[in-house]
Amino acid sequence: MESRSIALEQETDIAVARNEVRAAAAGMGFSIVDQTRLTTVASELARNIIKYAVRGRVIIGTVQNDSRKGLRLIFEDNGPGIANTELAMRDGFTTGGGLGKGLPGSRRLVDDFKIESTPDIGTRVTVVRWLIR
Amino acid sequence: MAIKIPILKVGRVLVVPIQVDMDDATVLQLQDSILNELERTGARGVLIDISLLEMVDSFIGRMLSDIAAMARIMDARTVVVGMQPAVAITLVELGLELGGVDTVLNVDEGIKLLRGEFVLDDDDAASANEGFSFSGESFHRS
Repeated sequence: MESRSIALEQETDIAVARNEVRAAAAGMGFSIVDQTRLTTVASELARNIIKYAVRGRVIIGTVQNDSRKGLRLIFEDNGPGIANTELAMRDGFTTGGGLGKGLPGSRRLVDDFKIESTPDIGTRVTVVRWLIR
Repeated sequence: MAIKIPILKVGRVLVVPIQVDMDDATVLQLQDSILNELERTGARGVLIDISLLEMVDSFIGRMLSDIAAMARIMDARTVVVGMQPAVAITLVELGLELGGVDTVLNVDEGIKLLRGEFVLDDDDAASANEGFSFSGESFHRS
């Protein structure tokens, strides 16, 4: 699968991202539970971009590591950034009036989770779920 | 842009079958519609069927908890029915507890649970015999 980029510019794009991620996960042979995990992660992280950064994108692609194949999602924006990513990864922490489950919950739903953020520059969240574990 | 989700009144229960992937606007509109229907009809229970939902994220999870809390204040009980196993697994891992929301496996169990909450009076039996009464419009984009 070639990697593809989906623009996240309005609230309805969250649903588009969900559908694209589920289709990609199903196409790679992920189980229904894994498809649901990845779709939910896409929903949470895409919503974060719309809510905090207004616009950004998600890049859906595959990664290969030895004998393992995985689905990788990269969520990028040029928004305000996160001042303290350690704090943002804590359950219940929110600056947006939400439940504070989006980032920490998403980390629990994938195998690899990396967050890079620079204030006033933007944020990139990279997640991978491996097919053979 | 929001999709209209039907709300059916069966006796004194509002039945809400969610059969489409909801965007955020639809989720918020549904929350409003359920509360308005509760007030308009005096229903005592809300049954939300999510058996066709392939994902419940923190936004939808929060809506379900909020509806249950608001309905309780309006003297009605909320039951969520038909959650897919994969959705339940994901919800727990995400860290959502759906506080205050009762969940059961299917619509029959949901109706039983809600009916146990209040005694059916004559009015109830009458409207139940009439079958489903539609309130609001069915699926169409507005």
